Order: sequence, then structure tokens, then C-alpha cells
Amino acid sequence: MLNRRIGTRTILAALVIGLTLGLSLQAQTKPSRIISLVPGATEMLFAIGAGPRMVAVSSYDKEPPEVTSLPRVGALIDPDVERILSLKPDLIVVYGSQHDLAQQMGRAGIAHFSYVHGGLPDIFRTIRELSARTGDMEQGERVVKGIEATLADVAKRVAGRPRPKTMIVFGREPGALRNVYASGGYGFLHDVLAIAGGDDVFSDVKRESVQASTELILTRAPEVIVELRADDESAPDPAVWQTLASVPAVRNNRIVLLTGSDLVTAGPRIGQATLRLAKALHPEAF
Amino acid sequence: MPPTNGEGVVSARDRIAHSTIQGIRARLVTVCLGSVALALGAIVLAPLAGSTSISLAHAFDLTRPWASNVDAQIFFVARLPRVLAAALVGSALAASGVVFQALLRNPLATPFTLGISSGAALGAMLVLTIGGAFAATTWAAVPAASFAGALAAVSIVYALAAARHRGFSTSVLLLAGVTLNSFFSALILMLQYFADMASVMQTLRWLLGDLDVASYTPIVVALPMLVVAITAFLVLAPRLNLLSVSIDAAAMRGVDVVRTQRISFLSASLATGAAVSIGGPIGFVGIIVPHLVRLIVGPDHRLALPASLGFGAAFLVACDLVGRTVIAPLELPVGIVTAVIGGPFFLWLLVKHAQ
Repeated sequence: MLNRRIGTRTILAALVIGLTLGLSLQAQTKPSRIISLVPGATEMLFAIGAGPRMVAVSSYDKEPPEVTSLPRVGALIDPDVERILSLKPDLIVVYGSQHDLAQQMGRAGIAHFSYVHGGLPDIFRTIRELSARTGDMEQGERVVKGIEATLADVAKRVAGRPRPKTMIVFGREPGALRNVYASGGYGFLHDVLAIAGGDDVFSDVKRESVQASTELILTRAPEVIVELRADDESAPDPAVWQTLASVPAVRNNRIVLLTGSDLVTAGPRIGQATLRLAKALHPEAF
Repeated sequence: MPPTNGEGVVSARDRIAHSTIQGIRARLVTVCLGSVALALGAIVLAPLAGSTSISLAHAFDLTRPWASNVDAQIFFVARLPRVLAAALVGSALAASGVVFQALLRNPLATPFTLGISSGAALGAMLVLTIGGAFAATTWAAVPAASFAGALAAVSIVYALAAARHRGFSTSVLLLAGVTLNSFFSALILMLQYFADMASVMQTLRWLLGDLDVASYTPIVVALPMLVVAITAFLVLAPRLNLLSVSIDAAAMRGVDVVRTQRISFLSASLATGAAVSIGGPIGFVGIIVPHLVRLIVGPDHRLALPASLGFGAAFLVACDLVGRTVIAPLELPVGIVTAVIGGPFFLWLLVKHAQ
């Protein structure tokens, strides 16, 4: 009886040790078949030099151009597990909320990296952690330093200049001032705006997005309105803002349209995106 | 002058009908006055409150230039059109609810039972996901598309209901409407599944209802349709009374049943489509208000329809006021407010009524 119990314990202990060893060994080996379900992380992987080892990306990935030739395996709500398994990855980047998928990958012996969305510091943290996992730490560090240098340069150029009260709009109905969504006082867009030399009109609202009602826009009276569009599919329609004539940005015609996915993706292009935003806010500084 | 039979003698039944008409006149005046007072009260009071405090003296001070008068803009651009939109949408949905419940003889019918909301949602969804490319820049594409979607759904359901039996079958209407609702909802889910996350979020928000119209244009566009529909409702009221009891009784009393059914279906659909194009598919108004109104003024449609117009307006204006102030500066979508207030209230009403 006693022997049997000891036996069970030994087996259990051996199993735990074995598993730990196995996992740490797996972590140490450089993954050679990587899948990313997160567009921002895909860009990071390419930036740190892991691009050639990517075997698939999410259905939303558009950047960098190399991803166009890679297979698509779903995204946040529809990961194609069968396809993922058939590609035999040894590292998959999943969203932090994809617990089930992470578990499934674990059962299949595939290591996963949980991506957690956050502010600008989280972009640096994610690049460093990802590069540690893929074994590209040097390159990862270089990417981080590069972005930091760009941001420092931007900050230096706009330093001491008047900071316009800015509203960053990242979504609204076409042709109307309805369902206007703006960046709130949390998240990488908020952080980027601060570096680019603007004051967020919604900095007191600690959320990533704020539905900006007409009354709220009139009350907050932004001096600059920056509209972000990931693509240029729909025609620009700045005339809709004319309704809000008392808003300084409307009165002084400071409504800027920035097209491109760099400003809406928490990825390695964020330095250049910040530069673009800063140029829009402070054209005289560049 | 009451109608007489061939021998010039007033029949007993006609005497009763005549006296009822006279008896109802006094109540009709009371109900109409009360209804108008309720709606007007809400429309006048609601713009005074909001997520920020404004100076009314500044807002109405005509000597201040418009472009720099923030108080006036908050009052006349942000709040007043929004309150008017809420009043119109509330009236239209509540009165359409009354009509649909009478037409389908089903107390659970709502303005959205027959597929209008999902048709409208599909239209809005198409513009928000793949329609950006062909959306014109000078007009609001989403309300137009949602109205077109509502009309498409109405036409399909109408054609199906009219195709069978050469008449107008309300059972086919109900089945076709409910099926179309599910079918369109499936198409919406499919579109959402393939759309990018930003547009999914936008459509999700659209489905929760939003009355921040920011201009009078949507109201002016929808107003003629609503006037036509509401006039039809009021004219149809006596016939709806008979129709809601039984089709045979209505036919026996000389009501052109098929014609009445068609007009009520089309006018209620028109009102609902216009309402949805302004504020999205705001739920619960079309079921709570009619039931509440019937408890207060009774089941007579000549009273219930005007009452539901006023009550629906006041109810939605109040719900929107809650939505735009309770968690300011954030907004609580008005559809959530109507559901959160309306759901439990309706259940309480049911239990109380049963007792």
C-alpha cells in the first residue's frame, strides 16, 4: 500500500519534471514554423526578422506585403484549428482572450504566445517578449530602439509648441456625423497623440474608445480633428463636420484625414505613424 | 345622423353604435389633449438637460453670432433634433405596434415581428461593411440603405401574403415575416463574419439604436411618410376595432377586410421603416407602450392609437434622456435603456394584469 503510494508519487514527480524539462527545452529551441493570428504581432515578427519562418497569418493581415502569399487561418473569432494543425507550427501567436485555442494548441504540443492589447509601452514589451520567444532578441531590441529614437525625435520637434486639443476619430457612418467613435484616454492612440504634441480631448475618459455624441464634441471643442481610415475605400467627406460650426477645428478648418493602417495597428510602424500624426498637428515643425 | 334601415326605423344595434360614438367623443378629446400635452411636455423639457450644462440665456441670445455660440449649437444642433427624432420614432413605433397587434390579432406582435428591422439592418450593414466605396459623400447613406432594406423586406412579405388565396392572409404574413426575419438575420451574421472588426462594431452599435441625428434632415425626410402613415392609422381605427375582434365580425359589419389589412400593414410598415431609418431598430417601444396605453384608455383603437402616439413620444424621449446623461460623458445606447426599463416593467405589467 505504502509502496504503491510512493510509486504513484514518483511517477507523478517524474512526469512533472519531464514536462517542465520538455517545455523549457521547447522554449529554448528557435521556432521555425510560426503562425500569427494578430496583425500587429505579424508586423512585429517580420520586423524582428522572423518573417521567413512564418507559415500562416490571420484573415485580416495586410502588412507587410510579404503576407499576401501566406495561407490564412482565421482570426479572433474563427481560428481554423484544423488548418493550423496541418501547417505544423511550433509557435502560434494568439489573442489573450483565445483561451480555448491556447488550450487546444497546448494539447497538440504547440507553443503559444498570448498577445495582450494595451498602450504604447505594451508594443515595446510585446516586441521584446516575441523576439525572446523566436530567438531574435538582438533584432527585437534594435526595432524597439529604432521606434524609440523616432518617437524621441518627434517629441523633440514638437516640444515647447502649443499643444492643440485634438480628437482622433477612428470610425463613423459614411456621409454623416453619426456613430462617431474617438480615441479615449487609454491605449496606444492616446499615447501616440501625447508624443505627437496634441492634447487628447477625451483624456479623462479612461477607455480606448468613446462614442462622441454631437453634444460631447461641441462641449469638448477640439482644435484639431484627426480622422483615421485604415483604407481609402470610401471618399473623404469632411463637409459633414460643418454642422458643428462652433467647434474650433471646424471654424479654423483643421480637420485632417490620415489614411493608412499604421495608425490603427499596434505594431512596429507606430514610430512612423506618430511622425505622420505630428506632421499633421504641427506642420511647421518639420 | 345614424344610419337607418329600409323602413326608416333605427335598428337597436345602430343605436348602440351611435351612442358609443357620442360617448367616446368626450373621452377622445381628453385622450388627444392628454397625449399631445405629454408629448409636448417631453419635447420641451428634455432639451433642457444633457451631459453638460448650458446657459439657456446664451442659447436663445440672437445677438451672439451663431458660429461661436456653443450653447445655442448644443441646444439646436445636438439636443433639439435628437429629442424631436426620439419623439417621432417613439410615436411611430408605438402606434405601429398597436396596428400590428390588431392586424395579426396577436398581443406579442411588434413593429419588428414581420422582418422590417432585419431588412433595415441588412441595408445598414451592407453600407457599413462593403458599401463605403459607393456611398455618396453628401447624404447619409446608412439611413437611406436601412429604409431601402425595410421596404425590400415589406415588399417580400406583402407579395407572399397577397399571393396566396388571392386575398391577404395574415397567417402567411406572420409566417413569412418571422421566416424573413431569421433569414435576413442569418445574412447579417454572414456579412459580419466576413467584415472587418471596425464595421462589425459599427453595425452592432447601429442595432442598439441611436437618436443623435445631429441635423434636422433625417426628421424632415421621414416626416411626410410618418404623417401619411399616422393619418391612415387614425382613419383605420374603427375598422381595426372590429378586425381585432374577428375577421368574420368585421366582414359582417361591412368592413372590406382585405383592403383594411393591406392598408394597415403597409402604413404600419412605412412608419416603422421611417422610424428605423432615423434611429435604428429600437426595441420594446412597440410592445410596451401599446399595452400600457390599453391598460389606461382601454382597447378601443380610436383612443389607443392617439394615446400611443403621445405616450410613445414621451417614453422614447425619456429613455434617450436617460441614455445620454446617466453615464455621461459616455452614452448608454437608447435600445439598451428601452430594454432595461421596458423588459422588467412589461413583466410587472403582465403579473399585475393577471391578478
